[in-house]
Amino acid sequence: MAQESYDVLIIGGGLAGIRAAIAAAEVNPRLKIGMVSKVYPMRSHTVSAEGGAAAALAPDDSYETHAFDTIKGSDYLADQDVVEAFVREAPVEIIQMEHWGCPWSRNADGTIAVRPFGGMSTWRTVFAADKSGFHMLHTVFQTSLKYPQIHRHDEAFVTKLLVEDSKCIGVVAIDMRSGRFEALTAKATILATGGLGRIYAFTTNGNICTGDGMALAYRAGVPLKDMEMVQFHPTGLPFTGILITEAVRGEGGYLVNNEGERFLKRYVPNKMELGPRDIISRAMITEFEEGKGFDGPHGQYMHLDVRHLGEKVIDRKLPFMRELGREFVGIDIVKDPIPVRPVQHYMMGGIDADITGATLMTGLYAAGECANVGMNGANRLGSNSLPECLVFGAAAGRAAAEHASVGQAVGANPVDAMLRDETRRVEGSYLNKSGGDERIGEIREDMQLSMDEGAGVYRTRTALVELVNRLDSFRERFEKVKLYDSSRTFNTELTAALELDFMLDVAATVAASALAREESRGAHARRDFTERDDENFLKHTLAYAAEGAPRLEYRDVRLGRFEPKARSY
Amino acid sequence: MPDKKIQIIATRYDPEKDQQPHAQTYEIPFYDEQMVVLDALNYIKAHVDGTLSYRWSCRMGICGSCGMMVDGVPKLTCNAFVRDYWPKPIVIEPLNNFPIVRDLVIDMEDFMDKLKSVKPWIVRKQELPLGAGEHIQTNEQIDEFRQFSQCINCMLCYAACPVYGLNSEFLGPAATAIARRYNLDSRDQGLKLRQPVIGDSEGIWECSFVGECSVVCPKGVDPAKAIQQSKLDTTMRFVLPYGNRE
Repeated sequence: MAQESYDVLIIGGGLAGIRAAIAAAEVNPRLKIGMVSKVYPMRSHTVSAEGGAAAALAPDDSYETHAFDTIKGSDYLADQDVVEAFVREAPVEIIQMEHWGCPWSRNADGTIAVRPFGGMSTWRTVFAADKSGFHMLHTVFQTSLKYPQIHRHDEAFVTKLLVEDSKCIGVVAIDMRSGRFEALTAKATILATGGLGRIYAFTTNGNICTGDGMALAYRAGVPLKDMEMVQFHPTGLPFTGILITEAVRGEGGYLVNNEGERFLKRYVPNKMELGPRDIISRAMITEFEEGKGFDGPHGQYMHLDVRHLGEKVIDRKLPFMRELGREFVGIDIVKDPIPVRPVQHYMMGGIDADITGATLMTGLYAAGECANVGMNGANRLGSNSLPECLVFGAAAGRAAAEHASVGQAVGANPVDAMLRDETRRVEGSYLNKSGGDERIGEIREDMQLSMDEGAGVYRTRTALVELVNRLDSFRERFEKVKLYDSSRTFNTELTAALELDFMLDVAATVAASALAREESRGAHARRDFTERDDENFLKHTLAYAAEGAPRLEYRDVRLGRFEPKARSY
Repeated sequence: MPDKKIQIIATRYDPEKDQQPHAQTYEIPFYDEQMVVLDALNYIKAHVDGTLSYRWSCRMGICGSCGMMVDGVPKLTCNAFVRDYWPKPIVIEPLNNFPIVRDLVIDMEDFMDKLKSVKPWIVRKQELPLGAGEHIQTNEQIDEFRQFSQCINCMLCYAACPVYGLNSEFLGPAATAIARRYNLDSRDQGLKLRQPVIGDSEGIWECSFVGECSVVCPKGVDPAKAIQQSKLDTTMRFVLPYGNRE
């Protein structure tokens, strides 16, 4: 057994986590900062973000319009003070990234270029071709290497938060290489573990997006906020779910049905292909139901057509899309339309956190996709999540560093016992367990397909009740899970089991929160409650862990200068 | 095609049990024309043998986790299509030239150290304040280093490198390409700091023009070019003064 202590400990090595680490190091260079990631940081899912990062940088842009677009896009479920602060910080963070070497695409005069994006009323999305997340992640990761006070634990899997007297004092992690259980203690802990897309079968998310941080916080008593708000991106490749960036439409691509019609004129006539993701995904499903999709071996799809943009623009602005088309579909997007269909992409919901990333638990912070600081509401606008990781990653890093600068070091005594207990739990539940006959992979597939069916683009009471029941049955099956791998060395069957355990918890909060929200708002579209209901549901859902089903509470949205209005584009 | 099958021959090695790596054969359904080698491994892991260990995440060729030897060639398994190998069995091994942690998982700590050693960050004598806005940099200036910025650290180039295979002290293709990425960036002034790490790297002078690294790179990076350019830089250090780029 081993123990390592830090001032600030960050769980997750993606854009939010690394940004938090650097911010903490800059607030107080004497702090000892730990960064734990279950993969090498440059593998984090930020790497897959493509289109860009929104910030009011252009001379004709304004904070006010970025704030309004974001709040309207959220279907008024965003907390307006958070959005107002976000839009002011986003340009600063974009410049900071530039100073750290991010190869942002440029205008002819060498200034940072912007492109149009869905739901944004002006050109404000900064980009690095169509590999924005990749470049941002490698830039912050490589920059973080110059801070000797940032100590990494790469390929370490966190199983539990350490809590004493209602305070978070660190985590227990398994070092994957050695299989050793370690207590990593800290005066302040930041969760930056990303999304939960893998609770769905058809998702753009990588294998690592299993909601770990959300489940860790939830189990420790911290509520998960607005978990019914799951984003479906309109343009994923059928079968693989690989993301085709919204920038394809930003640069002028058309979305076309099997009659050759740009059907969005009947849904978002003023925005067309640049409508927000929730509305476009619903429009596509509606068209499919009317038989207007193309039929393929993996269900219906639409055509995303960029042929009219020409090879030069495509190679300059969308080179990765051409590569993905060639490598994964066998098409050349210069000559062929791209087959696309709606796909789970992003989680608006997450760990309830304030504008500094602080949660209701002392010493615990959250940032990035795993957090819900209240800026995305019921629907995130494309290109707001990368700057969210920067702005709120930095905010959480600073707040945690300040907390740690005055906090007391964690003693060894209670930690030893906690580490022993957690080691015993994991070994007893998995490694040394006898009996059981359920395979992880099979429960996981059943859960994923059930989430696709029950908590997809459109929801109904009947389907959600069925989903809740099925998730209960998967939890029962999980009690009978059998592991075949008892090795301590890089045991990915063990981590898959721990991930499935996390996913079953967060999936239950999605289903319960969606069932209880009897209205349609943003990404949450109920066929049985088709209207937005500000009277009863201009509120955040808070899901708390409880015996059996999650316990739900509600909290009023903080409005501001933008009064809720009907949302049309 | 419900009855089509594919044989996967995977390297197995658990240091707790095995003296040395051995091969294990699995026969699984070839269930979709779009199936990639990674899908085959995932099928085995989920339905046949939960003990098989390998890394993967994005399955779209950008996270760099899933590099393995596929029929003897370093590849990202997420875009190596089963249909290109079927009906012959596919041999999957851990990347060459690295110690094996377990099964198909390699130990890449050596690269992580090398990456850090080249100071892969912007070095400035004086940092521009944030309030001053961005550095002016044209797309043409970005083109100077663009290809070297595309490295996903997948390690395929190290697996293909005959020099690294013989001498692990060699800085190697990816780390040199990344150093080059910063050296060629108009915002950077760190060339002099990085030069000793690259120029004095053991093995750089043994690197021939074979260019296997560039051939296997899934992202179109040309590390062989970075290495040759770096040699030139090092040579020029003795004959020419530097301009304003330090």
